[in-house]
Amino acid sequence: MQFGPIWRALMRNKTGAILIALQVAVTMAIMVNAISIIQTRAEAMARPSGIDEPNIFYISSIGFNDAFNERVAVEEDLAALRAMPGVVDALQTNSVPLSGGGWSMGLQTEPGDDMDGVGVAVYFVDDHALDTYDLELVAGEFFSPTDIEWREGSSSTWPDRTVITVAMAEALFGEDEWRSGVGKTVYINNNEPMTVTGIIDRMQAAWNGWDGVERTMLVPQRTLFGSSRYIIRAEPGLRDELMPQVEEMLAQSNKDRIVRGLRTMEETRERSYRGDASMIKLLMFTIGLLLLITALGIVGLASFSVSRRTKQIGTRRALGATRADIAGYFMSENLLISGMGVLLGAALTVGLNMWMVDAFDLDRMEVWLVPAAMGVLLVVGQLAVFGPARRASSVPPAVATRTV
Amino acid sequence: MFNYYLKLGWLSLRANPLLSLLMVAAIGVGIGACMTILTVNYTMSGNPIPHKSDQLYHVQLDSWDANDPGEDGYNPPDQVTYNDAMALMNGAPGFRQVASNRSGLVLEPEGDDERPFSVDVRNTWADFFPMFDTPFLYGSGWDDTADTTREPVVVLSRELNERVFGGEDSVGRTVRMNGLNFRVVGVLDEWMVVPKFYDVTNGPFNETEEAFIPFNLAVDQELPRNGNTNCWKPPEGDGFEAFKNSECVWIQFWAELRDEQEKAAFSNWLDAYVAEQKELGRFPRPLNNRVLAVMEWMEDRQVVEDDAQVMLGLSFLFLVVCLLNTIGLLLAKFMRKTGDISVRRALGARRSDLFRQHMVEAGLIGLGGGVLGIALTWLGLRGIEVLFGEFVENLVGLDWVMMLTAVGLAIVSALVAGLYPTWRATRIMPASQLKAQ
Repeated sequence: MQFGPIWRALMRNKTGAILIALQVAVTMAIMVNAISIIQTRAEAMARPSGIDEPNIFYISSIGFNDAFNERVAVEEDLAALRAMPGVVDALQTNSVPLSGGGWSMGLQTEPGDDMDGVGVAVYFVDDHALDTYDLELVAGEFFSPTDIEWREGSSSTWPDRTVITVAMAEALFGEDEWRSGVGKTVYINNNEPMTVTGIIDRMQAAWNGWDGVERTMLVPQRTLFGSSRYIIRAEPGLRDELMPQVEEMLAQSNKDRIVRGLRTMEETRERSYRGDASMIKLLMFTIGLLLLITALGIVGLASFSVSRRTKQIGTRRALGATRADIAGYFMSENLLISGMGVLLGAALTVGLNMWMVDAFDLDRMEVWLVPAAMGVLLVVGQLAVFGPARRASSVPPAVATRTV
Repeated sequence: MFNYYLKLGWLSLRANPLLSLLMVAAIGVGIGACMTILTVNYTMSGNPIPHKSDQLYHVQLDSWDANDPGEDGYNPPDQVTYNDAMALMNGAPGFRQVASNRSGLVLEPEGDDERPFSVDVRNTWADFFPMFDTPFLYGSGWDDTADTTREPVVVLSRELNERVFGGEDSVGRTVRMNGLNFRVVGVLDEWMVVPKFYDVTNGPFNETEEAFIPFNLAVDQELPRNGNTNCWKPPEGDGFEAFKNSECVWIQFWAELRDEQEKAAFSNWLDAYVAEQKELGRFPRPLNNRVLAVMEWMEDRQVVEDDAQVMLGLSFLFLVVCLLNTIGLLLAKFMRKTGDISVRRALGARRSDLFRQHMVEAGLIGLGGGVLGIALTWLGLRGIEVLFGEFVENLVGLDWVMMLTAVGLAIVSALVAGLYPTWRATRIMPASQLKAQ
């Protein structure tokens, strides 16, 4: 197909072409940036929490009067929970991964008020943690039953040992040196020493938007904060059956507290990423709608141009052009217009992305998205113009003679 | 003439219903997308207490760590310590002032069958109610003597009153929470503040609390707190006393200052207070107090989520695509009418007449697009509600301001889109067109 004559014909009637090209360009800018956002969100959502999500659920217990003896209650509850058929293991803790509420501290490798600490999420657990969460200990050793202490709500001191995640060990001791962290002393509250006795592979903090979401420390204490959370891991398939039983058992066994917030880890993940998941859906919908509108615009203007050139088409047909030549003309015309559109679009896309990265701290888009989107839009343009082009090709040569 | 143009426009639209519908749909979809996102943004950035937002001030003191500045390296912490809150309550010269924090208690209903349940509570002062203009259904806030005598009184939300007392006037009756008997002094009417400006720290789009009790009582009784607590150094020693005297921040402080004089007096007092504390060895960082009015504070906290702003930008670009589309379609439409236009010109219509006539036609399309846009906005907001769930419940209402904005935006968009095609239409040379007939 010869682009020369098509180009010259286009130049004689620029407006429609410019409109389509602009539309394609803006569509592309929105599309690529939206996809870039979707990618970032999807990646964040795909990060594993490190615990056995399908089988874990949890429930809160809150004492509300003076008769409530928390220490006794926790011990009785844990014994009862661990004895329930179908329960793999259970423990008491302060917070749940991805739940949004939790405790954070700073750890540093040198003591001193003026040293910088590394932020870390704190979970108070006992010696059953590996089993309850299904964590993998990759170095050192885990807490033994004799390590476990009680922690008062107003306590400000820390036990002498902790287990941290690989990510935390990397942040403290260096990327390749994390294994060397076992046995080392770190300082909490600037000056208080704790020994790292073990390192677990992975466990997420409570806040999915925190850049240190995998920096976690486990502290061998049971808490006396007045309210506590029990994490329960069920045998595969028994979770949904166990949940109401656990709730009923805890509610009945002690009337000086209420139990609330029975929830699965799966639901917690769902709630945690609900904003992101919704944003992804919203953006996908936007992209779809936008492509549709652009395609309709192409159909509309192409139809208009076909109907305006009916006589021309008839003349060309009478002079020996085949149907394919006519259809090809309109397809090529669109290719030219869309081509200009995507070139302009590439510039616009990069501009918009630079602005968004700057204004909203978003990640820079991946470069391959630009050519990919150019390809997609060219194909969409060709598909949209196909209908009008076919109609053009079916104009009979006789039309050329009729109105003269 | 206007009516005549309206009629002509209507006839012209009727003549080619498919094309007209396409244009109305293009504008409608664009407006719908924009307005959906705009509504969410508008509510997020709304003024929660318009009639006195410039008299209510959020107070910050920079009591943070000398070695490790607070947020972003220069902002003072968003809450204050217990000692500072009490010093301000006792000495600061504000017209009204309130220190408050978030808490949760367990309410035990009367009757053995009822199970206890947990309640969102705010620990606060008598001035809270007049200061934030809370609407009362029954009774009123407590007398400020209750602040000092630590009397167990409570103001219930309308919902909680319905749950516990079946919605009747419960003033004078008793509710039992965490083992204490509270006397009901007032019941609030429906009270929504979006954003919840007085406690942005614990969630700017949370509901208002279900019960309000005296702050001093809660501290005295060591009732549980469940709001955000931030410490740059640990309390010195164990126990609640140590926590109270620590550098931990957990209290939101607000002052009502009626004019510039009061504000200046308040700020001066703060500076003097910090200077005095510095002599006692506290406040190691440079003097950096903040007294921000409601909307300044909302701005500072960036309560409009980034996501919403990104979506707003994208949706306006979306509208641009829809407009480009409409320009193209209008152009196609007007160019088809070259015959009509030429005849009218030949019969004496001026260019300005034709211009007006076609702008009216474009405006009609805009009106249609606006009406469709409102419907789509409503649908879009329901969609957002389904997608995002309870997080956006307070953000997806459609009020008349937004409806008028939608129609206005649609008509303006259509007129803008119509400018170029209309101009082209008026440039048509009648002679050339008439000859061909």
